[in-house]
Amino acid sequence: MRRLRPGLGLVSTLRTLWRVFLHSFRRRVTVQYPDEKPDLPARWRGRIILSRDPDGGERCVGCYLCAAVCPVDCIALQATEDETGRRYPAFFRINFSRCIFCGFCEEACPTYAIQLTPDFEMGEERRESLVYEKEDLLIDGPGKYPGYNYYRVAGLAIGGKDKGEAENEEPPVDLRSLLP
Amino acid sequence: MTETARVWLNVGLVIFGALTLAPGLIWLERRLLALWQDRYGPNRVGPFGILQSLADMIKIFTKEDWIPPFADRAVFVIAPAVVAVTALMSLAVVPVAPGIGVVDLNVGLLYILAMSSLGAYSVVLGGWSSNSKYSLLGGLRSAAQMISYEVFMGLSLAGVALLAGTFDLRGIVEAQRGMWFALPQAAGLVVFLIAGLAETHRLPFDLPEAESELVAGFHAEYSGMKFGLFFVGEYLGVVLVAALVSVLFFGGWLGPGLHPVLWFLAKTLFFICLFILFRAALPRPRYDQLMAWGWKVALPLTLINLAVTGAVVVARSGGGSP
Repeated sequence: MRRLRPGLGLVSTLRTLWRVFLHSFRRRVTVQYPDEKPDLPARWRGRIILSRDPDGGERCVGCYLCAAVCPVDCIALQATEDETGRRYPAFFRINFSRCIFCGFCEEACPTYAIQLTPDFEMGEERRESLVYEKEDLLIDGPGKYPGYNYYRVAGLAIGGKDKGEAENEEPPVDLRSLLP
Repeated sequence: MTETARVWLNVGLVIFGALTLAPGLIWLERRLLALWQDRYGPNRVGPFGILQSLADMIKIFTKEDWIPPFADRAVFVIAPAVVAVTALMSLAVVPVAPGIGVVDLNVGLLYILAMSSLGAYSVVLGGWSSNSKYSLLGGLRSAAQMISYEVFMGLSLAGVALLAGTFDLRGIVEAQRGMWFALPQAAGLVVFLIAGLAETHRLPFDLPEAESELVAGFHAEYSGMKFGLFFVGEYLGVVLVAALVSVLFFGGWLGPGLHPVLWFLAKTLFFICLFILFRAALPRPRYDQLMAWGWKVALPLTLINLAVTGAVVVARSGGGSP
């Protein structure tokens, strides 16, 4: 056993007591949350929303990539098409009691439709209230990507926009006319 | 006022004071620990969170009061009562101020030591009757700890009794009119502070509980208000030791200017806060370190202190043979 050195122990004990006492005058680190809102980083991954393009149309094209990548399978949707050939989800449902806010859906989304926002105050009394339907998820604006409009940059023909009419897109080449 | 009415008033006052102080202390401790850990602690229920203990009490009363089927029922029920009762009984002889205090025993000091020894039974019995290994280990540790700390707790107070020439706590306070015993009995004070902490098994010496190793030690199987009673008993013990330190070494109610009761309360509160600071700052020693320190350092120290004090008292009173 180590030799007892009461003298040294006493000095170090008193020093400890004093230094802990000095903490009375330190600033407290606690954020008094409901009164005092925390400063969240811009990339905070909170409540998931579905955004619209600048024209007001739904960005989601119902590709199922978000549902496929979701590690907890909390996203369910059904794709459908309107009469002009534009795809959109018939229903889009996120079960937030399962969601782990990993942000994979946002990364997977090819049209910037699904986005995570810095809102985390989603407490509910009932579990069923945590299942958000499309009307709960859709917002009116474009979210983090203000100018982006998928159907205006994609080379897909939909109603009102034919092949070759998208931004930065050349008119389609008539292969046969290229014959010498 | 008749004599009986005065006694009953005092009894009521001390019991009411002690039993409201205990939950208040729980709040104070949580706030102070939080302060020293750069947090806020409970600050939501009532002004400054002072009603937190009340809310906790309501919660603990509505909890299931469960006695494990493998426990020794009778002993299991009695054990938590013992700690609270002995602490309250010891508080009976603590002199608050002239005229305030339940009884003035001429053996007050011995009585308090006896009561605190009885209090040790609570922990031992609680640990034994729970019939579970963690509780038993906690009870075992507390038995060894209390037996060894009892020894020099008593010896450290012998110097005070020698200087005052009496075991009566009131007499001891009166004897400190010239000088607080904290100065001539500095060694006794330090040893008593540590032994008192060990006696109440508060944090630096909470080996019987030792959350990190023994779940909750002797009260691991307790729930509901029985657990609450252990808790209240512990805080009553803290009040008692703080009050004793101020009475025995810091002149109790003596002090200039303020009302005697205020002096007593201020001194007691200071030592309570000191105990909480100990808890905030100091780690728990290993079991063998605790025992080794008790027997190899504290005991010789108190014996030397006692011998020197005795010699001084004898020399001052004319020396030679009595």
